Amino acid sequence: MSQTMLKLSDVSIRYMTGDFKSIGLKEYVVRRLSGKYHVKDFWAVNGVSFEVNKGEMLGIVGKNGAGKSTLLKAVSGIMEPTKGKVTLNGTVVALLELASGFDNELTVKENTFLRGALLGYTRKFMEDAYDDIIAFAELEEFQDRAFKQLSSGMKSRLAFAIASFVQPEILILDEVLSVGDGAFRKKSEAKMKQILASDATTILVSHSLEQVRSLCDKVLWMDKGKQIAFGPTKEICDRYERFLETGIIE
Amino acid sequence: MIQKMKKHSFLFTELVKRDFKKKYKRTILGVFWSVLSPLLNLLVMSLVFTQFFGRSTPHYTIYLFAGNLVFGYYRESTNSGMQSLVSNASIFKKINVPKYMFLLSKNASSLINFGLTLVVFFIFVAIDGIAFSWRFLLLLYPIACMVLFNMGVGLVLSALYVFFKDIQYLYEVFTMLLMYCSAIFYTIDGYSPTVQMVFHCNPVYVYISYFRQIIIDGVIPSLPYHLLMAAYAALVLGLGFFIYKKYNHQFLYYV
Repeated sequence: MSQTMLKLSDVSIRYMTGDFKSIGLKEYVVRRLSGKYHVKDFWAVNGVSFEVNKGEMLGIVGKNGAGKSTLLKAVSGIMEPTKGKVTLNGTVVALLELASGFDNELTVKENTFLRGALLGYTRKFMEDAYDDIIAFAELEEFQDRAFKQLSSGMKSRLAFAIASFVQPEILILDEVLSVGDGAFRKKSEAKMKQILASDATTILVSHSLEQVRSLCDKVLWMDKGKQIAFGPTKEICDRYERFLETGIIE
Repeated sequence: MIQKMKKHSFLFTELVKRDFKKKYKRTILGVFWSVLSPLLNLLVMSLVFTQFFGRSTPHYTIYLFAGNLVFGYYRESTNSGMQSLVSNASIFKKINVPKYMFLLSKNASSLINFGLTLVVFFIFVAIDGIAFSWRFLLLLYPIACMVLFNMGVGLVLSALYVFFKDIQYLYEVFTMLLMYCSAIFYTIDGYSPTVQMVFHCNPVYVYISYFRQIIIDGVIPSLPYHLLMAAYAALVLGLGFFIYKKYNHQFLYYV
């Protein structure tokens, strides 16, 4: 029996929203005194439980606003579950909305090292892997250009390349396989399969059901924060597809 | 713990490099300017105030420089530190990194500046005919306290700045008041002992005064004085880390 790498038991996350953002201290005091200070909250993730074993790939499907990204943030430790527990059995590398978080002023090379450092790689690893990363992203000629001069496709390619070159025990991919043109997409899927073969545990969020069907071993279906179903890929994907057509959750 | 520090040291150096490059836009003049600007400040102050205070205060230029040196470090370090969380929001919203690293890297650039200005300060000390003594080595102690103190204030401010954007303006006013209360260009000898005690409630003044006592007066402050400096640093740093720990997972709702 393979080892459980990631286990979520009844995880719920309450998300804060309201007009507290970017108000100043003075405005805050005034609103507090006049009783007009409102913070609403809702359950962005509500009672999700699943297990992923070593070497498996879990797909997460659901409409926009289903709480997929919030769930991933809890797994990667960016957010804390309000209720429930996330148990990790290894190092996590999370790739959420890849192209953001780069620095426009720095060069491609500097950004690559900075991103590597942020993802927790060692300097030695980055020095060894740098050439391969750039080659994979097909950015050899752009190494010393400022990052802002790259096209958005190039940015995503670089981000994918940096992240996929580690051998993390748990890898989280949020809508990242849809980057780049057709040729690069093929390449990144091949890379993904290679990672899978190397025994890494992966979570993939994708709106492409085709991709989920071809890559994932298990699928979690979420809707409005709730877990609708969790199980084998084919069964869940078929149900989800029918839901997309009819709008009825079976 | 050591493993953890080793792991973060790569991140730390990369962040420092980034902040340094962004700040000076890769120009030599940029670094030069950051030393020049406190000097110009000193020049103006000494032109203005030597007439008023210079006659009764020995080594007035050094007296003034010590005040500017310490206060300038405090101001730069806390002002840049205040931005550290907000300006890196796009990173910590997507990647799980220890958030205080952003502040540490900002503080490192201020410390480098401070170091450069300190060298100029010692040149001035030599020109002014003050003999160097082994006691100068003791300055490492207040510098260490200041690094920690500024870090603590930076932690508190950067957290507050996430929640309340107008802290920036309030803090500007506060820094100005603090400057006037830090006896940078005047001496507190004329005040009553009680008022002099009150001045020691201001950590920045305490640090400035240590520099002056060592360099100009050639005396080593008392042991309680040393403890006071460490206590200020520990207090603020503790508060800063407490806030970071408490709100670690809430910052992202506000940015």
